[in-house]
Amino acid sequence: MDWFDSWALSLATFIPMVGTAVVLAIPRAKEELIKQVTLLTTAVTLAVGVIILFQFDYDAADKLQFGVDKSWIEVISSRYHMGLDGISLPLLILTMGITLLCVIYSWDHFPEPHNPKAFLALMLVLETGMIGTFLAQDLILFFIFFELVLLPMYFMIGVWGGPNRDYASIKFFLFTLFGSALMLLSFLALFFKSDPHTFDIVKLAELHGEGIAHGTQLLIFGGLFLGFAIKVPMFPFHTWLPDAHTEAPTVGSVILAAVLLKLGTYGFIRIALPILPEAAHSWAPYIGALAVIGIIYGALGCLAQRDMKRLIAFSSVAHMGFVMLGISTLTSFGINAAIFGMVAHGIITGMLFFLAGSVQERYHTRELSRLGGLLLQAPKMGWILGYCTMASLGLPGLAGFWGEFPAVLSSYEPAEGLNVGLFRFFMVVAAIGTVLAAGYLLWMLQRVAMGKVPEEWADAHIHDVHKPEWIAWAPLLVLILALGVFPGAVFNVTDDAVQLLSKAFVAEEH
Amino acid sequence: MPAPYFDYTALAPEIILTVAIVAVLVADLLFEEREKYQTSTIAGVGCLAALVPVLYLAGNGADRAMFGGAYMVDNYALLMKALFLLVGYVTILLSTNYIEEGDYYQGEYYVLLLTALLGMTIMASARDLVTIFVALETLSIPTYLLAGWRKHDARSNESSLKYYLMGVLSSAVMLYGMSIVYGLAGDTRLVEIAKYVSSGQGGQLFDVAIFFTLVGFAFKVSAVPFHFWAPDSYEGAPTPVTAFLSVASKTGGFVALLSLVYVGFFGRGDAWQPILWVLAAASMTVGNLIAIRQTNLVRMLAYSSIAQGGFMLVPFAVANQGDGSARPEAFAATVVYLLIYAVMNLGAFAALIAIARKTRSAEIDTYAGLFNYAPALAVTMSLFLFSLAGIPPLGGWYAKLVVFKAVLDAGTVQAVILGVVAAVNSVIALFYYAGVAGMMWFKPAPAETSTARVPVALGAAIAMPTVLILAIGVYPNLFARLGELATKGL
Repeated sequence: MDWFDSWALSLATFIPMVGTAVVLAIPRAKEELIKQVTLLTTAVTLAVGVIILFQFDYDAADKLQFGVDKSWIEVISSRYHMGLDGISLPLLILTMGITLLCVIYSWDHFPEPHNPKAFLALMLVLETGMIGTFLAQDLILFFIFFELVLLPMYFMIGVWGGPNRDYASIKFFLFTLFGSALMLLSFLALFFKSDPHTFDIVKLAELHGEGIAHGTQLLIFGGLFLGFAIKVPMFPFHTWLPDAHTEAPTVGSVILAAVLLKLGTYGFIRIALPILPEAAHSWAPYIGALAVIGIIYGALGCLAQRDMKRLIAFSSVAHMGFVMLGISTLTSFGINAAIFGMVAHGIITGMLFFLAGSVQERYHTRELSRLGGLLLQAPKMGWILGYCTMASLGLPGLAGFWGEFPAVLSSYEPAEGLNVGLFRFFMVVAAIGTVLAAGYLLWMLQRVAMGKVPEEWADAHIHDVHKPEWIAWAPLLVLILALGVFPGAVFNVTDDAVQLLSKAFVAEEH
Repeated sequence: MPAPYFDYTALAPEIILTVAIVAVLVADLLFEEREKYQTSTIAGVGCLAALVPVLYLAGNGADRAMFGGAYMVDNYALLMKALFLLVGYVTILLSTNYIEEGDYYQGEYYVLLLTALLGMTIMASARDLVTIFVALETLSIPTYLLAGWRKHDARSNESSLKYYLMGVLSSAVMLYGMSIVYGLAGDTRLVEIAKYVSSGQGGQLFDVAIFFTLVGFAFKVSAVPFHFWAPDSYEGAPTPVTAFLSVASKTGGFVALLSLVYVGFFGRGDAWQPILWVLAAASMTVGNLIAIRQTNLVRMLAYSSIAQGGFMLVPFAVANQGDGSARPEAFAATVVYLLIYAVMNLGAFAALIAIARKTRSAEIDTYAGLFNYAPALAVTMSLFLFSLAGIPPLGGWYAKLVVFKAVLDAGTVQAVILGVVAAVNSVIALFYYAGVAGMMWFKPAPAETSTARVPVALGAAIAMPTVLILAIGVYPNLFARLGELATKGL
């Protein structure tokens, strides 16, 4: 399997691209064939992922495996450098899995204006971008993949989205592009400040920002921060998220929540922290502060929503706040929690968006005040909603708990040199946030699933969960429980790599 | 005085173009009215034939200088000649159906187009004030006429007249500056001027000379605040001519500017850098902000090309950092930007002409729902628009990257500020490019849609840039190497 070692990551990244080309070549009228090709493509991609999962050397999870390092743009000494370590692995598998499930979910209900050819082609391009971002080990390569997701998502929201889609799609695009333009400037600054000049993430991380004046480091980190924080999104850059989520078609929301938001947090862990540890140390209290503001703001925002999907979108702001809080502690404990939080949020919130989509499909509305009694009309779906709600609010035993609780706990003892009192204050605020989370999620559950069926829907025939939904949801529902019971499945994979990363913050101490 | 030395191999591209011009003229006299479309074939073959010696010379490798260094055939000159000839060829492809169906004079049109191309190929080699001026007039005068080709349309007349008056004014200003340069330096060759500059003489009068010369070229490349003519001229001119003006003519101006600044005036960075800094920042910002307000795609592209010109000016503004270390990088950045810009802007105009056959208009409203009834055109148009916006994986991102790279390489405070201005502008630009794409993709189609087909020549003119823009985006080394080669002559 030697060839697999050097080809695995390129295959994983570019099989969806090949699929796109094939889909584009098929005439628009042959919808069945288009769907089958897309399903096959995403399945093969996941299969590559599964083989990687088995071939991965878990004893060396802190080292990059399956590495490829080929010349790409010699003139600017940027290379095609891909690699996979314990931090990337869970996110890679998450991406592949979610995309496949999204294809299955869309099988029979493509949103208006239909056109599966364009929809699926865009989804495959999106997959290439997402997978590539998690694997790239060169700043320019990372930038290309990071940006590659923008166009397909823009069109997905704009063409298949809700009534306010024009506004939502361009807002999403402009916000992210603004961040990434400044991020690119920071990448270039890192290139010129490194000796010898390099875009290689691994080499830059080994340098730890040596030889860069502290003030310059802070500025460069600022650029990176903007790029990633807008993507996460952190308060106060989150305003694009509720609009994008509300207007996007169901599958778009799922991918957005499950994977796209993680590109931002992943950027912090992969690039910003290891390359500029000193600046990260100075920025950490501010990041932590914005994270807890996000937690509270997101929660309060949820309580004010009338639209189910918008509520879930705001809950994303709060959940990503926990992830960022974990990262801002700069401890291995906190960062491990953050990565777990990313995976858990991906599965749970992805699932909630699926449910919101299915509810809307049946009731043709997402207005919380008009919904109710789902448990009576479609009991299975009602129970699934209840289960996901519990997972989302962090019930022990389900996946959400392991993302939230350790992140809060980690701020009890942040990395050396950080203001302990301040972070303990953050901890208290975040803990209040978990209570609020229980509040708004249970409130949503109550409005949608419990109570009597409103008169409006009394005679309506509401179909319970149907087959494509079962197939798409079952793996996620199992995972929510499995990761809740065996959190080690993720923690053991990420820990070595995270330990390596957090050494920078221990060793650096005076 | 000995007779000047002529290197006919080095001059072969220009000679072939001249032969093609004469051939089109004669053919126009001999052909019947209905056969006149063949003049476009002759013109196209002429462009491609002229490309052969360019490729030979490039393979041959040696730099050839004539007339005491006033006329250089080096990598940079050859690269630009190849670009001009290819742009000329694509413009002919764009024009064939437009000019034939529009019932315009055909033979004369191609004669003028080829003459402008001849001026451009000369410009690529010109390293002397007089040669630059002659080349500039040779490329400008035919385009004044071409802009007014739709002579029954008042707007085309306006276009031509405005372009002509502004062109003459800028030439006058430029000549005035050049005359002072000559008066002080005592020579018109750029290398001699460079020697004069590095000797430290000149003082304020030379600053004035540099200022006037640059202002003259600022008109030519339509940099803000000397851009007023461009949108009106672009809108009124026949669309293939607009494509030619916004790509080839603009590149011609930039080629002259590159030679003048990097070869002639380089040592006086203190005099020209601030001017170009202001021109770059103003062109990007003003061009983009006005482009947002446009309802007509041709006018929007006119303003967008002003902003794109601003990006090309950015590396100039940071090129001289004293030790000369930033010089090759900045030079290559502008060259690479020019190459990629030519591909994507030409592609955008090609798609625009094809779409106009369906919508009968360049008003952005009429593009509604294009994705539903002409998906291929909508997709290609979107590719070019997003490439212009610099979104990966389309070629434009690399152009933007090299500009940012040049800026951060310089690393001074002014440079970084300009870099941030450029970064913010690339976001503003996305707003209007995406707006057009949104119109094509998100809006419902009108009840009645035209079924007009895309002719073969036009299809080829769209396909070539599409393939190139994707190839550059994925593997930018393709063009990046060319930029690096071009700097060898510095």
